[in-house]
Amino acid sequence: MSNWTPIITLEEIPQLGSRVITTDTMNVAVFRTAKDEVFALRDACPHKGGPLSQGIVHGTSVTCPLHNWKIDLASGEALGPDEGCANVFPTKVEDGMVFLGLNDQSADVA
Amino acid sequence: MSKEKLVVIGNGMAGIRTLEELFKLTTEQYEITVIGAEPHPNYNRIMLSPVLAGEKQLEDIILNDRDWYEENGINLLTGDPVVKIDRARQQLTTEKDEVLEYDRLLLATGSNPFIIPVPGHDKEGVIGFRDIADVETMLAAASNYKKAVVIGGGLLGLEAANGLIKKGMDVTVVHLLDTLMERQLDKPAANLLKATLEEQGMKFMMEAQTAEILGDERVNGIRFADGSEIETDLVVMAVGIRPNIALAQESGIHCENGIVVNDTMQSYDPKIYSVGECVQHRNICYGLVAPLWEQAKVAANHLANIGIGRYEGSVTSTKLKVTGIDLFSAGEFHEQEGDETLVLRDPAMGVYKKLVVRDNQIKGAVMYGDTLDGTWYFQLLRDGTDISAFRNTILFGQHDLGDAGHGDETRIAALSNDAEICGCNGVCKGDIVDSIVKKGLFTLDDVRAHTKASSSCGSCTGLVESILASTVGEGYSATPSKKPMCGCTEHSHDEVIGAIRQQKLKSMDAVRDFLEWKTPDGCAACRPALNYYLLANWPEEYQDDAQSRFINERAHGNIQKDGTYSVVPRMFGGLCTANDLRAIADVSDKYNVPEMKVTGGQRIDLFGIKKEDLPAMWKDLSEAGFVSGHAYGKAMRTVKTCAGKTWCRFGTQNSTGLGVKLEELTWGSWMPHKFKLAVSGCPRNCAEATIKDFGVVCVDSGYELHIGGNGGIKVRVTDLLCKVDTEEEVLEYCGAFIQKYREEAHYLERTAPWVERVGLQTIKDVLLDDAEMRKSLYDRFKLSQQYAQIDPWKARAEGEQGHEFKNIQISAA
Ligand code: SRM
Ligand SMILES: Cc1cc2nc3c(=O)[nH]c(=O)nc-3n(C[C@H](O)[C@H](O)[C@H](O)COP(=O)(O)OP(=O)(O)OC[C@H]3O[C@@H](n4cnc5c(N)ncnc54)[C@H](O)[C@@H]3O)c2cc1C
Ligand code: SF4
Ligand code: FES
Repeated sequence: MSNWTPIITLEEIPQLGSRVITTDTMNVAVFRTAKDEVFALRDACPHKGGPLSQGIVHGTSVTCPLHNWKIDLASGEALGPDEGCANVFPTKVEDGMVFLGLNDQSADVA
Repeated sequence: MSKEKLVVIGNGMAGIRTLEELFKLTTEQYEITVIGAEPHPNYNRIMLSPVLAGEKQLEDIILNDRDWYEENGINLLTGDPVVKIDRARQQLTTEKDEVLEYDRLLLATGSNPFIIPVPGHDKEGVIGFRDIADVETMLAAASNYKKAVVIGGGLLGLEAANGLIKKGMDVTVVHLLDTLMERQLDKPAANLLKATLEEQGMKFMMEAQTAEILGDERVNGIRFADGSEIETDLVVMAVGIRPNIALAQESGIHCENGIVVNDTMQSYDPKIYSVGECVQHRNICYGLVAPLWEQAKVAANHLANIGIGRYEGSVTSTKLKVTGIDLFSAGEFHEQEGDETLVLRDPAMGVYKKLVVRDNQIKGAVMYGDTLDGTWYFQLLRDGTDISAFRNTILFGQHDLGDAGHGDETRIAALSNDAEICGCNGVCKGDIVDSIVKKGLFTLDDVRAHTKASSSCGSCTGLVESILASTVGEGYSATPSKKPMCGCTEHSHDEVIGAIRQQKLKSMDAVRDFLEWKTPDGCAACRPALNYYLLANWPEEYQDDAQSRFINERAHGNIQKDGTYSVVPRMFGGLCTANDLRAIADVSDKYNVPEMKVTGGQRIDLFGIKKEDLPAMWKDLSEAGFVSGHAYGKAMRTVKTCAGKTWCRFGTQNSTGLGVKLEELTWGSWMPHKFKLAVSGCPRNCAEATIKDFGVVCVDSGYELHIGGNGGIKVRVTDLLCKVDTEEEVLEYCGAFIQKYREEAHYLERTAPWVERVGLQTIKDVLLDDAEMRKSLYDRFKLSQQYAQIDPWKARAEGEQGHEFKNIQISAA
């Protein structure tokens, strides 16, 4: 079951940008698109672990800063010729507050 | 002697091409009649895609107008299909009951789009993509309706979908399999293609099987096998073609999948020949024009009673005609057991190339993003060339690595004369060069008219232009070869820069709106470029967009492989004091810097800094008097100096002092690419000024100014710009040169390729011969520096963009 944790207000994430959430076990990147959609991925590129939070966000994808893999924010999957997938975490926004769903499953894959 | 009667059934590409070939051999032998079901003269069916996309008009694609038929004495019947052939009487009948006799007959009936026979397939608004009538139906739908579905993610389907999107429709492509264009592409290339098309707004439903077309009279939706439904106002079925053999079958001509012909293009009835998509030759039915042209040649040869040509089948290659997408595929691109594959992937450039190699011969090729060498690979494939001698560099293409800037032309020059350039028309490089030289051709249109190269699908246009350029050299008036900036637009860098200036566009949204960008917020390639262009053009007004900068420029440090950053404080002219070094040592202790190094740019690099620590570290450095070294930016980097007159026994001028002045003038400036300077105190050139973007070599009588040098990947020695007498002049020329580069170069183009592209002379014309222009460039540079020389480190130490450097801590559940 999801365990909704309030993280940060929407305003504090730059549009087309991200913030990094540090948990006990890993970093999570929380992205905000131009349309104020919010997505969260484990902050590690499926290629060589590059910090996706530091990439350029466009549409609903992010380009990894290390070798330019393009990752779909919704599914965590690499777009284009590359294959790989970053872990996705559920998010929701209520009254301007962003919640992150950290569940048992995500703890496992972490 | 009375002429024999030749009747051609099918007024399309293969039939009429056969007549053109025949006329090269004889014009006297036959009295010719052509009968076509369509109401039009012969047109270029391939170009229906660009017509649909609005890139061409119908009148542009007519291959043979009605005058042509008249001039050649051809009796033309259009809009009246043949319905019956009576082979015993050698007679045929049309729908409008015309009866004609023939001595020889040529069947060129092409093929029909396959319409999946699901319930509802005959509703209004369900069509194929084959002829002008289909295109007209689609254009009408686009102006009256919103939604379209294209069934079939192959070549035709994607071209149809692309066209409908261009016409403003909301288009979903439904594909049965999980890979687009599976007959031409492997999975990685197909994924790249899909991603690019998605960026252009195309939607996909993969692995979806159509079960029923919904609606009353007109289609209003589709139901799939899994029960899901989608709304739509138009359905284009592009799931394949079937040779059009009904007429032949009914008249008892042997058919299997197509009309069966032998190597002389004769059917089982020796009086009846057949060419084009309707034929089956050695068990293969073709669906592209290149093989049809070969068939046409052979058929013409036999119709002219010369009787020596044989058609022995074709190997085909494919390109997709969607503007902005470079894609090439040929041969067996799926490896079998025992095959080797050579793969090159450059995700940053969006390039993917794969060659399938068996016994040192290329068996197949798939290329995406950079297809210039497709022709070469295709030639190696067809010739069965042994590639072992160059297989370790084969993926980099055929061009000569020792030359900067002339990439495409050199690659073309390296092609042998029998390399095929135009796959559609089978025109080799040698044919094109010959026509250019012998007939004195200067334009692309001339070459098209004389050789037919690039006149069918047009995807070899770039190659033909390069051949023109390398054959006629300076005399060639290039139709500006337009390479789109990225997949988000069809506009080139120059067009974008021009629009920003002329239309006074001052925000990224304004640029994207005005130039009709295909994506709402661009991509990782165009956003940094636009941000730079706007900044360079409107230094006083434009508000820099941090989210459009690559992380290095956003975080003002080089990101390293482990996600930490490096810090390189500026040391003007490479000079430093004991206090400077002490301050750096203290900072290094305080933040546990794991490694320090003296860089090639004469300053000190502190590696392995955590992002969160950057602002505090910068604060300490800032208090000790340092500013950012911009070692991370597409920006002015360093000024390298040598010891110079103060100490060195050979020094002629104060090279360190001048270096400091140059660095004070130029630091902080954003550039199209990195920009490096150096000042050497004498021609021994210890500061290596002749491989810098701007280099100064001091001599007894003054200063030599050098431009356009590059160390790095491809070394280029500078060009000498001029010699000046005073330091003030050095500064002015330097500022003016930089500003010209900042205003005119394409983003990510360093001075070396830029100088080669625009030519040294154009730069000299402005900087040397036009003092006023030089001065105004220099003034513009100084103006922009007022806004650029704000130390980004200090600003961030004081809290600017604070969110960038702060993480949020939570305890995981
Ligand atoms: C630190 C330094 C190496 C050193 O320790 O000496 C260095 C480090 C990097 N260089 Fe360099 N270059 C350094 C001097 C040079 C030089 C020598 C010079 O400037 O005199 C050259 C050749 C001269 C030239 O540029 O013409 C050089 C040619 C390159 C190139 C190839 C550029 C080209 O146009 O061919 C790249 C790649 C690029 O820019 O795309 C590059 C890229 C890089 C990057 C930024 C790679 C990257 O994109 O992340 C390296 C960052 C390392 C890091 O993690 O911090 N570096 N690099 C030098 C920093 C100089 C400085 O103080 O700012
Ligand atoms: C949109 C589109 C894009 C394409 N893009 C490419 C490409 O990029 N590269 C490539 O190589 N190929 C491409 N093709 C394929 C290419 O157009 C065909 O291979 C080529 O046109 C086939 O020529 P053909 O003469 O056999 O048939 P057609 O050109 O179809 O000519 C057959 C003609 O016969 C007429 N006809 C049929 N039956 C009768 C009858 N009973 N009586 C009288 N007339 C009759 C038909 O109406 C038609 O006009 C494309 C095709 C389409 C539709
Ligand atoms: S090149 Fe000339 S100025 Fe530079 S250090 Fe050597 S001798 Fe001195
Ligand atoms: S680590 Fe992300 S692209 Fe290499």
